Amino acid sequence: MSGDRIAPDTRDDQLESRALERQLAKVWGTPSGFWGALATVDHKIIGRRYIVTAFVFLLMGGVLALLMRIQLAQPEGRLLGPDLYNQVFTMHGANMMFLFAVPVMEAMAIYLVPLMVGTRNIAFPRLNAFSYWIFLAGGILLWVSFALNMGPDVGWFAYVPLSGPQYGSGKRADIWAQMITFTELSALAVAVELVVTVLKQRAPGMTLNRIPLFVWAMLVMSFIVILAMPAIMVASSTLIMDRLVGTHFYNPAEGGDVLLWQHLFWFFGHPEVYIIFLPAVGMVSAIVPVFARRSIFGYLPLVLALIATGILAFGLWVHHMFVTGLPRLGESFFTASSMAIAIPAGVQIFCWLATLWDGNTSLRTPLLFVIAFIVTFVIGGLTGVMVASVPFDTQVHDTYFVVAHFHYVLIGGAVFPLMGAIYYWFPKITGRMMSERLGWWVAGLVFVGFNLTFFPMHVLGFQGMPRRVYTYQHDMPWAELNLFVSVSSVVLALGFLLFFIDAVRSARWGAPAGGNPWNASSLEWATNSPPPSFNFASIPVVRSADPLWEDPDVLMVAAGLRTDRRELIISTVTEAQPQARESSPRNSIWPLWAAIATTVMLVWSIFSPWAVVWGSIPIAIALIGWFWPKGDPEDE
Amino acid sequence: MMKVRMVADLSRLPAHGMQSASPTWWGTLAFMLIEGTGFALTIGVYLYLWSLAPTWPIAAPAPDLGPGTVLTLILLASVIPNYFVSKWAGAEDLRKVQIGIVVMAIIGILPLIVRAFEFSALNIWWDSNAYGSVLWLMLGLHTTHLITDLVDTLVLTAIMFTRHARNSRRFGDVQDNALYWNFVVITWLPLYVCIYWIPRL
Amino acid sequence: MNRGTRVAFGLLPALACTGCVGWQSVLDPHGSPALGLDLLMKFIMIVCAVVWVLVVAMLFVALARRTPRAEPLMLGRRTQDRMRIAVAGSVAASVVVISVFTLASYAATRMLSVVSDDELMIRVRGFQWWWDVTYLAATPKESFRTANEIHIPINRTVRIQLEAADVIHSFWVPSLAGKQDLIPGRNNDVRFSAARAGTYRGQCAEFCGLQHARMAMIVVAHEPDSFEAWRQSQLKSATEPVKTEEQAGRELFVAKACSACHTVRGTAAAGATGPDLTHVGSRRTIAAGVFETTRGSLAAWIADPQTIKPGNNMPMVPLTADELHAVSAYMAGLK
Repeated sequence: MSGDRIAPDTRDDQLESRALERQLAKVWGTPSGFWGALATVDHKIIGRRYIVTAFVFLLMGGVLALLMRIQLAQPEGRLLGPDLYNQVFTMHGANMMFLFAVPVMEAMAIYLVPLMVGTRNIAFPRLNAFSYWIFLAGGILLWVSFALNMGPDVGWFAYVPLSGPQYGSGKRADIWAQMITFTELSALAVAVELVVTVLKQRAPGMTLNRIPLFVWAMLVMSFIVILAMPAIMVASSTLIMDRLVGTHFYNPAEGGDVLLWQHLFWFFGHPEVYIIFLPAVGMVSAIVPVFARRSIFGYLPLVLALIATGILAFGLWVHHMFVTGLPRLGESFFTASSMAIAIPAGVQIFCWLATLWDGNTSLRTPLLFVIAFIVTFVIGGLTGVMVASVPFDTQVHDTYFVVAHFHYVLIGGAVFPLMGAIYYWFPKITGRMMSERLGWWVAGLVFVGFNLTFFPMHVLGFQGMPRRVYTYQHDMPWAELNLFVSVSSVVLALGFLLFFIDAVRSARWGAPAGGNPWNASSLEWATNSPPPSFNFASIPVVRSADPLWEDPDVLMVAAGLRTDRRELIISTVTEAQPQARESSPRNSIWPLWAAIATTVMLVWSIFSPWAVVWGSIPIAIALIGWFWPKGDPEDE
Repeated sequence: MMKVRMVADLSRLPAHGMQSASPTWWGTLAFMLIEGTGFALTIGVYLYLWSLAPTWPIAAPAPDLGPGTVLTLILLASVIPNYFVSKWAGAEDLRKVQIGIVVMAIIGILPLIVRAFEFSALNIWWDSNAYGSVLWLMLGLHTTHLITDLVDTLVLTAIMFTRHARNSRRFGDVQDNALYWNFVVITWLPLYVCIYWIPRL
Repeated sequence: MNRGTRVAFGLLPALACTGCVGWQSVLDPHGSPALGLDLLMKFIMIVCAVVWVLVVAMLFVALARRTPRAEPLMLGRRTQDRMRIAVAGSVAASVVVISVFTLASYAATRMLSVVSDDELMIRVRGFQWWWDVTYLAATPKESFRTANEIHIPINRTVRIQLEAADVIHSFWVPSLAGKQDLIPGRNNDVRFSAARAGTYRGQCAEFCGLQHARMAMIVVAHEPDSFEAWRQSQLKSATEPVKTEEQAGRELFVAKACSACHTVRGTAAAGATGPDLTHVGSRRTIAAGVFETTRGSLAAWIADPQTIKPGNNMPMVPLTADELHAVSAYMAGLK
């Protein structure tokens, strides 16, 4: 694997540029073929894989949504009986939240963050590979169970006692709980990688106030993941224990408490939505300046807004429990905090508007999605302010009003920016442009289809239609609006279909993109499209927040890294002063073995507690193989 | 690619950093944050259930103080050799580190033996009631950490006697392992208070 | 896309109006606290609509503006300062709006809590998938049990004690009050008072399993005399069947599995796991809102509960056609 035609310890400034690129490609490359694909630790390959897989889950979850809409298009629908419908709506929610929304945001970060901070690979590359396999395993577990009529049917937040040992029959709730374990493990791993990459692997000179806003968003998001996900780990594990080994955490007859579940779940569940939303906001902050042709207005307030959102996110969870009979005074505190979190969101919106105000807008597809986002997300944010009010919520909680609210903030607030981000970064990832013409059609269909589908749901909520009902009776006044919603959902679905078609076609036949087709300012645009395996031939050095606008023709770089082993730069947290030439692990098949062993243990433990004991042994063996020093140049 | 201009020469930087210049040190910290949050939440569950219960413990005597207190003393004492192993690893003194890590491996086994007695000293089973469930949860969570840290230490001990040992990376690994052992000791202390002293209030 | 926005605007009043009437509608209140909630909600919604219009207007003006200059732009200090003031002002305005909403919500919670000395006490226990209703009284003689239908006098505070028999349910009659959950191991309650006589529908508002969709309840608000008459009739034991068919029906009811789960006061049937059927014929619906109560719907339900409400806890009790006729006649006669 080491360079066979160069002397050991040859540094990058000792080779001329084409020889350097050849040598780096040899050291950093992934061998083609099946084994190479299984053993790669290249963040770009893993990131692409993750993005594609997450979008496949989006497609599958979307089909479930269409099934629900067909069933609800008329009263006493016969397409889905209650058991199947309850599985479908649970699968839809769990799939979208755990297998699409969080993973896709992490996936974008896995691909983009190392490039944006000017390093060669994400921190802990083998852990990155492992986290993808674990995510995939969790998704397969959920969908195979559904195919076997064992899909969870208790709602995506699985309240006890419905999901408990007495009323949650079979293994459905256990499958839900263990799927959580897979996806949370995967998300935690990526969060740790991102924190270490952003804090310690930034290009020399990239001080805190020069970090791209998308990277800041991912840093804050990763901390939220680290602090929130343990709550759902505790919740899902204690649920499995109640169901499998007879503990009484949620059994009021033996000192347990039904609301304990809700506290634990929502302590995770509320930050979860900001885990999804903050990366989207980071994408908007990346796109707006480029298409306003000016640097972002209010960099510092935007960073502070991200951090404030992250902190406040942990103080809101009781707003999901306003009608459970908790003391009203305590609930009012959570009204105040839930409304307060609208302020940092407002700060961000005003800063983007200010950027656009004094900019010269270039109305390309990525910006169209940002416009769709602002128009739609503000509605969702305002209905959020409405449900934050305890008295308001007592009427609309658990009705279609809330269904409308969270789809407005999740689709409007996260999916629209994501689609804009795909149009924006697709040229970097594939080397080809998506279709601008189709992009306008996608944006139009999705925006119109979304609003026609979900706005009427606010009215349905006011008309008394509760959530999670598999059908409704003829004597209720909901039939016309439900039919309208169902028909409109076809428009939305068409928009998504067109999006997928555009992505697949453009990947093969799109117009070739250069390194920087949008004339953007951040470091990922300083390298080829798609980037070579080593990202940058020499590590960049930055002196501003918009390095490619400061100096469009020449990139400042640092020299002196070895070319016979994988090396990148470790720098200090605040000033990004270089500290070490750290090695980066090579391709390895051990993450896959470890993931397989972990999957076996976790699936087995759905059925027997002894799995935790015996299943740990293969995991230990795989981890020892993973970490045992190999004596390669990276070990020096 | 863009044209480049060299503005910094980094060739003299070390090939591996220690402590805050080491990615695995930061990874260890992140892992401590995750697990620490988990421990804090289980303590939260304990306190929550305590606040709801008319009597505490529920239908059981308070856990016997013996094994738990012995274990606490062992853990607290272990911080001293742990400190020295970390210091010697920082100085990259292989002989001393080899001795120290064998000592830490043995010290890692002792608490597990005492812990086995501690479970029955709880005077309640996990499936008796919620009080028993949360007690076993806390003790079980901590025991898992003791076991995984022991396995880590044993593997590292083996490595320190191979040709791979003379490497600043290995010394960094020893330091990360020592850091994590401190975490395992510190997280035990609030658990000890909850399990043994809150029922006696 | 501008067209889309215009269409949405056009649809809005039309859509909004359809939410304004209905026996299960939030925006058609007929009691406290629903009336007060309705006002608060409309206030918040109007302010929010204005905020949205302002933000979208700013967005479109910003998009349309062109400033001639070299690219990419790094702004001069002066324009930056004015923009800073504009942004800071917008943030300050948001803080004001949010504060007003928070205070209004808190005030509404205080003002709308309906407490009085002369409360009508009712206990509702939520079961999968029906409501067990007990009218509480100082003496056991004055207390009685019914199911799925609650009658109340207007202008009197009703206090409903909420208990859950199995999983979490939620009691929600939007015309009268906001919802409150029924949680196993907790004692919650909800208070309301009807301002006008009428019939109001409610529905379980917390997913509770297979037939969550079919767990409705009816609240009938009466003038005080009418309520008292109803209450007296409910206190009585079951009507004595007159016709032979009905008598046969009663015998079958007691002899077959029915009496294992259901109570009919005045007969030997004293089962407690299913709804009390003493006056089932007087209720407007059966099976928690699935059918209007008629002899035919009773027969259909008894004949095959699992097809009508799959998964519910009432098994199919095999009856011959004659037996079915008799039992349904008896049930329909229990007024």
